[in-house]
Amino acid sequence: MNKKNKIKIVVNGRVLTVNFKFSIKNLIQKLKTPISKVAIELNGEIVDKKKLNKIFLKNKDIIEIVHFIGGG
Amino acid sequence: MRLDTFKIANKKFKSRLIVGTGKYKNMLECSKAIKISGAEIVTVAVRRVNISDSSKPLLMDYIDPKKIMYLPNTAGCFTSKDALRTLRLAREIGGWKIVKLEVLGDKKNLFPDMIETLKSTEVLTKEGFKVMVYCNDDPLMCKRLENAGASAIMPLAAPIGSGLGIQNKTNIKILRQQTKVPLIIDAGIGQASDAVQAMEMGCDAVLINTAIAKARNPFKMAEAMKYAVLSGRKSFLSGRIMPNLQGSPSTPIKGII
Repeated sequence: MNKKNKIKIVVNGRVLTVNFKFSIKNLIQKLKTPISKVAIELNGEIVDKKKLNKIFLKNKDIIEIVHFIGGG
Repeated sequence: MRLDTFKIANKKFKSRLIVGTGKYKNMLECSKAIKISGAEIVTVAVRRVNISDSSKPLLMDYIDPKKIMYLPNTAGCFTSKDALRTLRLAREIGGWKIVKLEVLGDKKNLFPDMIETLKSTEVLTKEGFKVMVYCNDDPLMCKRLENAGASAIMPLAAPIGSGLGIQNKTNIKILRQQTKVPLIIDAGIGQASDAVQAMEMGCDAVLINTAIAKARNPFKMAEAMKYAVLSGRKSFLSGRIMPNLQGSPSTPIKGII
């Protein structure tokens, strides 16, 4: 495995290692996340779900993927 | 007879019972109780997706947001910043504009931080949100929230999850007189009679979570709350008799033997 082509990102508090030139769309596919039921934040900014394939992740990017759960 | 509906941010609702989706044993129990309650609005929370197990069931698999309106809530937020972040994300999930704002100030009694709540209401309203605001029962702060553009005023009856019922009836009565947007009792309801009282005082709706979810039989309590809200509302609309310390016989005196 060539380490030069890998980057580390943090998704929902967990460190993941992914390939260089990995888009948010790739990430969503990898995690099998139902895109219509979530919202995504990249480094504190909300990501437009229509542009997921155009946003490529960088080393140390922080991603939050949230959805609705039961609550009061 | 004209149907007794009420409107939040121009959206019409028949049921005056709003229920929370937290604290149930599982999602099946939750969805069944909601169905029995007849609620058209349910509060939901925004949390991280479980990225290690994508097979876990989602709330939307059990409660269809096309049939029941999701009301994203900022439960657990202690600052305006966190609350704003949560609701912006909620809007992004599915285009929700009607939201419930809850900025807590005290970890023990879960009372709202009204300064942060007011600040958040101002920001959210400017961003186009229709904000239903969980708040204290202080008439002055409630007026400020309304002036800031709140779509509903939601004073607590008692601390969240306490089941104590309406503690300050005088304030709720004052709020009823002054509030022009929907007035919804949020938090502190413990049993059906508490919901009846809220509705008899003229509140537009009640929001209940723990009292149903944590009842020994949540389904029976969901049904009890459904009828409590209907009963209290009818009682309010029917124009009660004036209380009187003197007795007044129900049977005519004339013709007595």
